[in-house]
Amino acid sequence: MTTRDTARDTVLGRVHDALGLAPRSPVAVPRDYRRGRTLPDDERLGLFTDRLVDYQAQVHTCTSAETPATLASVLTRLSASRVGFPAGLDPAWLVDWHGEAVEDRADVPAPDLSALDAVVTASAAGCAETGTIFLDGSADQGRRALTLVPDAHVCVVDLSQVAVGVPEALARLVPERPTTLISGPSATSDIELERVEGVHGPRTLIVVVRTDA
Amino acid sequence: MSSTFLGMPARPPRSPYGEGHLRGDQAFPQAAARELGNRQLRDNLHKATRTIRAKRLAVTAELPDWEELRSAGAALKNEAMSRLPELLEQLEAKVTEAGGTVHWARDAAEANALVAELVAATGSREVIKVKSMATQEIGLNEYLESQGVTAHETDLAELIVQLADDRPSHILVPAIHRNREEIRRIFLERIPGVDPDLTSVPAELAAAARAYLREKFMTVPVAVSGANFGIAETGTLSVVESEGNGRMCLTLPKTLITVMGIEKVLPRYADLEVFLQLLPRSSTGERMNPYTTLWTGVTPGDGPQEFHLVLLDNGRTAALADAVGREALNCIRCSACLNVCPVYERVGGHAYGSTYPGPIGAVLTPQLAGTHAAKDDPNASLPYASTLCGACYDACPVKIDIPSLLVELRHQTTERTGRGAEQLAMKAVAAVMGRPKLYRAAQKAAAIGRIAAGRDGTISRLPPPLSGWSESRDTPAPPRRTFRDWYASEEGRRALAAAAEHQDLDETPEGER
Amino acid sequence: MRIGLFATCLGDTLFPDAVRATALLLSRLGHELVFPPDQTCCGQMHLNTGYQREPVPLIRNFAEQFGDTSIDAVVMPSGSCAGCVRHQHMTVADRYGDAALRAGVAAVKDKTYELSEFLVDVAGTVDVGAYFPHRVTYHPTCHSLRMLRVGDKPLRLLREVEGIDLVELPEADACCGFGGTFAVKNAATSSAMLADKLDHVTSTGAAVCTAGDSSCLMHIGGGLSRISSGTRTLHLAEILAATHTAPHALTEAAR
Repeated sequence: MTTRDTARDTVLGRVHDALGLAPRSPVAVPRDYRRGRTLPDDERLGLFTDRLVDYQAQVHTCTSAETPATLASVLTRLSASRVGFPAGLDPAWLVDWHGEAVEDRADVPAPDLSALDAVVTASAAGCAETGTIFLDGSADQGRRALTLVPDAHVCVVDLSQVAVGVPEALARLVPERPTTLISGPSATSDIELERVEGVHGPRTLIVVVRTDA
Repeated sequence: MSSTFLGMPARPPRSPYGEGHLRGDQAFPQAAARELGNRQLRDNLHKATRTIRAKRLAVTAELPDWEELRSAGAALKNEAMSRLPELLEQLEAKVTEAGGTVHWARDAAEANALVAELVAATGSREVIKVKSMATQEIGLNEYLESQGVTAHETDLAELIVQLADDRPSHILVPAIHRNREEIRRIFLERIPGVDPDLTSVPAELAAAARAYLREKFMTVPVAVSGANFGIAETGTLSVVESEGNGRMCLTLPKTLITVMGIEKVLPRYADLEVFLQLLPRSSTGERMNPYTTLWTGVTPGDGPQEFHLVLLDNGRTAALADAVGREALNCIRCSACLNVCPVYERVGGHAYGSTYPGPIGAVLTPQLAGTHAAKDDPNASLPYASTLCGACYDACPVKIDIPSLLVELRHQTTERTGRGAEQLAMKAVAAVMGRPKLYRAAQKAAAIGRIAAGRDGTISRLPPPLSGWSESRDTPAPPRRTFRDWYASEEGRRALAAAAEHQDLDETPEGER
Repeated sequence: MRIGLFATCLGDTLFPDAVRATALLLSRLGHELVFPPDQTCCGQMHLNTGYQREPVPLIRNFAEQFGDTSIDAVVMPSGSCAGCVRHQHMTVADRYGDAALRAGVAAVKDKTYELSEFLVDVAGTVDVGAYFPHRVTYHPTCHSLRMLRVGDKPLRLLREVEGIDLVELPEADACCGFGGTFAVKNAATSSAMLADKLDHVTSTGAAVCTAGDSSCLMHIGGGLSRISSGTRTLHLAEILAATHTAPHALTEAAR
């Protein structure tokens, strides 16, 4: 028996002992908090936008057909010249943009991603009540480093993906995927509790909501 | 399986004495008096706690089901504690299945040695760290240092504390005791190559930290983190943060080592729907923290390709064996109780001498480390570091009844202390109070206190142990007549009869008399 | 109603004016008073300092003194003593008592009230016909506020007092720093908390700072006396007991 096996057995043994010394009765978990909520599209969009803006994220709305034009305009305003995108992103999204579009590859070392001015991705879900977007590493969102190292993140969210609250949004996720919840740009309140935007993560977060998708 | 599974249950040990940061070197009253002398600290805390209280109240009031969420959160933690053996084994199986390696540590020393061994195996002499209470508790940084490994704290506040050779004083905002000017000076002295014209504007200070840490994120191949939640059902771990340093550490290095207290396990993935509402609103007063990372083992092509989870006991099973005290294990480290505590607000976190300060620290630290490991153990004073005002209970997102836990721990302390002067006095008082005749005699004796009073009927100086009281308070002399004497007197009888008769007259004021 | 009046040991011995006012007020409102003569102390100081075996006889005595089923309600001018009876006696009875004590505690705790709770919730009275023409600020004591959840009941009673100039106390719900033996064991921290409370009280310019607990008032009053402030402390009952026909001494002195 190795030391580690001993530690495992000892700790589990102690847990059993503890519950033997002070048994506790089974607990029923009351789940009478709000779940399974729905809201009409315009209200969900209004709430989502309000919360994102409150976090200093920029929000643009467009239709699916307007995606390329909207992204081109957003990237131009960012003065971005090199823009990364995950391999699974719809290639049509960047056709209107005339800068350098760089497809991400797993063998690119993460520090090299610093050379990108911005990154464009899709998303897995959104949560209106908290202004949160969810990335789960799908092909159109890419590996986690891609949306972390560049200083600006442009994220396309379909309104149909935006759930009302946290329970409704989490229900849309696949637990085993590497998942990142993003609510506004990176921030800290560590100095006298004064909020400073942009520490290590992207300092700019732009959310493009497609209202007909 | 160990034989303890079958035999008589044995009381699990507390965190061993002398390891990690679960014990200060002074009792609370002395440590608090020392901190009270720091005017800067008082001002910083006053401002900070007020700011964060207001934010928390605003965002919790926004949710009409806040109380239901609190109840669900409390019940879920209770469920997890009652099913701890099976949940830990399930978590272990799921993490292993997903490509991670699970280790167990009985105490701080074992956890530190394990992590050092894992780091050594990578060949790196440096690690980057996500802010973590568990690794603070076990003193991991100091241990790694002794093994020739440099640990870089990457949370801004932890970095400030580390650069200043200081200790964290708050669960969420570890450098809450430092103001911007102090931070500027620390950065100028300790960050190599920092701009000498650095100002004390928070945004500039944050930018200086960003530039300094960027290089570490890009080059150090090993990260160490804690975990806010570990999901048994799926093997998913999570870190809730704001700055993105957590994402950097959890994503960029080749190897990730996570140290998690065994009480952090939750049964189901869906349970996060409760805690991801309770935690950010209670801790930073935000609807949601900027970043939460959820990961399950290893994902090919994305993030660290080697993942180790260290499950830590270090006194947690000792707490679990206490039918009352174990409620402290439900804590999700939001720090709302610190921010509303009138005692914490005056003295700050260092007075508690532990990684866990404030009201929750006053119940959690004694639970993990015990109160009688040493003579005059400073931890024995922690349950008394409260007026029992109850503000912490109201603020707690998982409804930990901290005042009742404090009272229980006080009881456990007095039961173990034996025959102190205080206990003898308490016994004597109870002996009098329990016998009405003696009580009445004592009341008469108390009237002698009038002698000690000055002409104005107040007592301005009392002997020890009451001298601390009389330092800033006058005490009224006992009145000539007790209530019961008045009640039994002719005067009392007449006054009460008159009051009963006047019950209608009061409706029509008589005007000026 | 037939009311068992619990004076509390502190009220009986050190602050009889507050208990006298409670008795006069309840009589004026038409209630029948009973004062079980062998009552002593609820044991709060013992319990909150960590002693649970020692106060067993006190708790037993309390249950016996007020157990009489002809007593409809037990009323006391103290939020913390009422909190102790309602929320802590059973803990001791469960641990160190016998079946008789548990039954006694259970019967008494459900009819135990702090004064303002009794007046508003049980007697259904908000206007008690009081007259108190002074500037008053109210400090909600922690145990009234958070253990008993009396909420704004004391303020509702005060708002109906004729002539009163009720001013809000800044940061009213902050603890004054008393905490029983806390003020002795952690005197320095307690003093720092008290200093802030005194600043807030004096900033109101009130003649009187009132509360529902003589212990907190002893603390605040002791501090106000030490700084020779113009504000004095009075128990809530003393304000509610004052009328035109029987004005408070403070009112008479002002004439």
